[in-house]
Amino acid sequence: MELLLALSVGVLVAASVYLMLDRNILRFLFGLALLSNAVNLMIFASGRLTPGAPPLIDAGEYAPTGVVANALPQALVLTAIVIGFGLLAFTLALVYRTFMTLGTVNSDEMRVAEPVDAGKEAGK
Amino acid sequence: MSWLLVYPILIPLLTAVLSYLFRNSPAGRWISVAGTVALLLASVVLMSEVLEQGVVAAQMSNWQAPFGITLVADLLGAVMVVITAITGLATVIYSLSEIPERLERLGFHALLQTLLMGVCGAFVTGDLFNLYVWFEVMLISSFGLLVLGASREQLDGGIKYVLLNLVSTIMFLAGTGLLYGLTGTLNMADLHLAVREVENTGLLTTIAVIFMVAFGVKAALFPLFFWLPASYHTPPVAVSAIFAGLLTKVGVYALIRMFTLVFDHDVAFTHTILLWAAVVTMVTGVLGAAAMNDFRRILSFHIISQIGYMVLGLALYTPLGLMGAVFYLVHHIIVKANLFFVAGVAKRIGGSTDLSRLGGLYAHAPVLAFLFLIPAFSLAGFPPLSGFWAKYVVVKAALDLEMWFVAGVSLAVGLLTIFSMTKIWGSAFWPAHPDGIKPRLSDLPMGDRMALMLPIVALAALTCIIGLFPESFVLFAERAATQLLDPTDYVTTVLGVQP
Amino acid sequence: MQSLILTTTTRLLAALLLMFSVYALLRGHNLPGGGFIGGLIGATAFILYTIATSVDEAQAALRVDPSNLAMAGLGVAALGGIGAGFAGDPFFTGQWLFLFRDGDSYVPLSTVLVFDIGVYMAVFGGILTLVFALEQEI
Repeated sequence: MELLLALSVGVLVAASVYLMLDRNILRFLFGLALLSNAVNLMIFASGRLTPGAPPLIDAGEYAPTGVVANALPQALVLTAIVIGFGLLAFTLALVYRTFMTLGTVNSDEMRVAEPVDAGKEAGK
Repeated sequence: MSWLLVYPILIPLLTAVLSYLFRNSPAGRWISVAGTVALLLASVVLMSEVLEQGVVAAQMSNWQAPFGITLVADLLGAVMVVITAITGLATVIYSLSEIPERLERLGFHALLQTLLMGVCGAFVTGDLFNLYVWFEVMLISSFGLLVLGASREQLDGGIKYVLLNLVSTIMFLAGTGLLYGLTGTLNMADLHLAVREVENTGLLTTIAVIFMVAFGVKAALFPLFFWLPASYHTPPVAVSAIFAGLLTKVGVYALIRMFTLVFDHDVAFTHTILLWAAVVTMVTGVLGAAAMNDFRRILSFHIISQIGYMVLGLALYTPLGLMGAVFYLVHHIIVKANLFFVAGVAKRIGGSTDLSRLGGLYAHAPVLAFLFLIPAFSLAGFPPLSGFWAKYVVVKAALDLEMWFVAGVSLAVGLLTIFSMTKIWGSAFWPAHPDGIKPRLSDLPMGDRMALMLPIVALAALTCIIGLFPESFVLFAERAATQLLDPTDYVTTVLGVQP
Repeated sequence: MQSLILTTTTRLLAALLLMFSVYALLRGHNLPGGGFIGGLIGATAFILYTIATSVDEAQAALRVDPSNLAMAGLGVAALGGIGAGFAGDPFFTGQWLFLFRDGDSYVPLSTVLVFDIGVYMAVFGGILTLVFALEQEI
C-alpha cells in the first residue's frame, strides 16, 4: 500500500514538473494543483497507513480503544486542501484577469513590469 | 500572561474585520490607524515581558505542549513583532495620503491588517504547521495587496510573484510532512529534541534542504529571488514599502529559526550551502541594482543583496554572526521601508520613479534630500548610522573565522551599494528636473505632507538612534543570539508550561 | 440561462439546502458536519439560485454583500476564541453551557458553536464572493 502511494506521488510530481516547465501559465497552474495533491498524499502516507481503523471515539469513551489511524496527518491534509483550494481559486481568477488585461498567458511575453529595453535605454 | 502572545494576532484580525465592514466610509481608515497603534502597544508590552522573564509561551485551547498549538516569543520573536508593528503603523499613516479612496473601497486596509496578522503570527508561533498557515495568510493578503487596482504592471508582476511563491509554500508543506513522518511531532521545541533521536541523518539533511529552498524563495536567496524584482516596484508605494520591509524578512526569520532550533545536526553541510548562497545573493543583488535605472527597482535589488548579509550571519553560525543577523534584520526593515517611502514622495512631487525623469529634489525639497541620505547612508553602512554597526558585526564575524574572501566580498558589496545610492542621488536629487518641474514639498496639501513625511521622519530618527546609541541594541542582539544558539530556555519553557 | 424546470425546482432545493446547511452546522461538534461543511452546503443553495436566475437576483435574495458576511464571519470566529478570556482560560479554550438539563437530554451552548458559526459565515460568504465575481466576469 505504501509502495502504491509512493509511486502515485512520484507520478504526480513528475507530471506536475512537466506541466510547470511550460511557458503557458495556465499549464503551470495545473502543475501546481497536481503538485499540491502529491504533497497531500505524501503527508497522508507519512502519518503511517492503518487501513480500516478510523480514529473514532466510541460512545461513552474518552479515548479511542485499540489501534486506530493517526488523525493528525488527516487534519493537516484537510487544512492543506482547504488552503490549496482557496489559493487555486484566487490564482485562477488572477490568471483569467491577467489574460483579459494583457492578452496573453505566455510567461515569455509578459514583460510589462520588466521591459526588455530598460537596460538599453540606460546605456544611451 | 498567555493572552499577551495572542494580542499581536487578535488585534490585527479584529481591525481587519472592522475596517473592512467600514471600508466605504472614512471610519475604516481611522479604525486601521487605531488598530495598528494598539498593535504597537501590545507588542511593546510583550517585549518588556520577554525582557523581564525570558522566553514566554502559551498553549492555545489548553492543549498541552507537543499536541496543541503553542505560541512562544523569545527575544528574536518579540523584537520582530515590535518592528512589524512599527513598520505597519508607518505604512498605515503613509497610506492615508497615498492610497486613493477607490482602493480603500476594495478593502486595502483589511488586506494590510491581515498581512500584519500573518506576519505577527509567523513570529510568535511555536508550531511548524501553524507557521505554514501563517505563511499562507500572509501570502494570500500579499497577493491581494499586490494586484489591488489591477493595473497592467501589477498583474504582470503579480502573476510571477503568486506562482513562484505558491511553489515555495508547497515545498514548505512537503518538508513539514516529511519531518512529521520522520519525528512524529510538529512542535518546534519538541522537534529540537526529536531530531536528536533520528538515526537516518541523511534523510534529515534532505528535509533541511527542502526547507532551505522553501524559505529561500520567501527570503529571496540566490537563485530563487526572481519573483522579487519582477513585482516589488509595481504596487502602490505603501504596499511596496511594507513588502520590502517585512515579507522577505519573515523568510529570513524562518530560516534563522529552523536552522538554529531544528536543523543543527549537520552544520558543516547545511550552513555551508547557506554561506555560499548568501555570498552569491549579495553580489547578484547589488549588481542587479547597479544595472537598474528606476528608483524602486534599484531598491528592490538592494533588498536581495541585504538579505545576503543576514543569511551570511546565520550561515557563519557563531554567536557574533547570529548577533549580526539579528541586528541586521531589525536595522534593514526600518531602513528599507523608509527608502521606499522616500521614493514614493519623490514620485508624488517629481512625477516619476524613473531616474531619468526625476531631478531637482535637492534644490527644491532639501528636507526630503536630507531624509533620503539618512537611510541611504545607513544602507550602505556609513558610521554612525545603524547599517554601519550591522555590517561591522557581520564582517567581524566572518573575519574571526578567517574567511577573508567572504569578508572581502561583503565589503565590496557595501561599496557597490554606495555606488547605487550615489546614482539615485546623482540623477534624482542633484541635477535639475528634465521637464523643468520644481518638485516642492510645500506644493502638497498640509494633510498629505504630514501623512507622507511623518513615517519618514520617524523611521529616520529610529535609524539615527540605533546608530548613535548602539550599545543597548547590540547587547540585546547578543542576548537574542545566545538564546538562538542555546535554545534550552526556549524548549523548557514551551514544553514545561502547564496549561 | 432560462430553464423552467431548473427555476421551479431551485426554489424548493435552495430552501432545502439552506435548512440542511444549518442542520449540518449545529450537529457538527461531535458528528460529521460543522461550520465548514455547513457553509459549503449553504453556498451551494445560492450558487444554484445564481445559475437558475442571475447574479443580481441572487445578490438581491442574499441582501448583504457576501464579502461583508465573510469578514464578519472571521470576527465572529475570533469572538468564539475571545470568549475563553472571560473565564480566565487561554485563547480558544471551549466554554460550555448546558441549558434545560433534564436527565440525559440538554441543549449545549458553547463558544465552539460560536466559532463554528463564524466559520460558516466565512465559508459561505467567501465562496459566494468568488462565485459572484467569476459569474459576472464570464
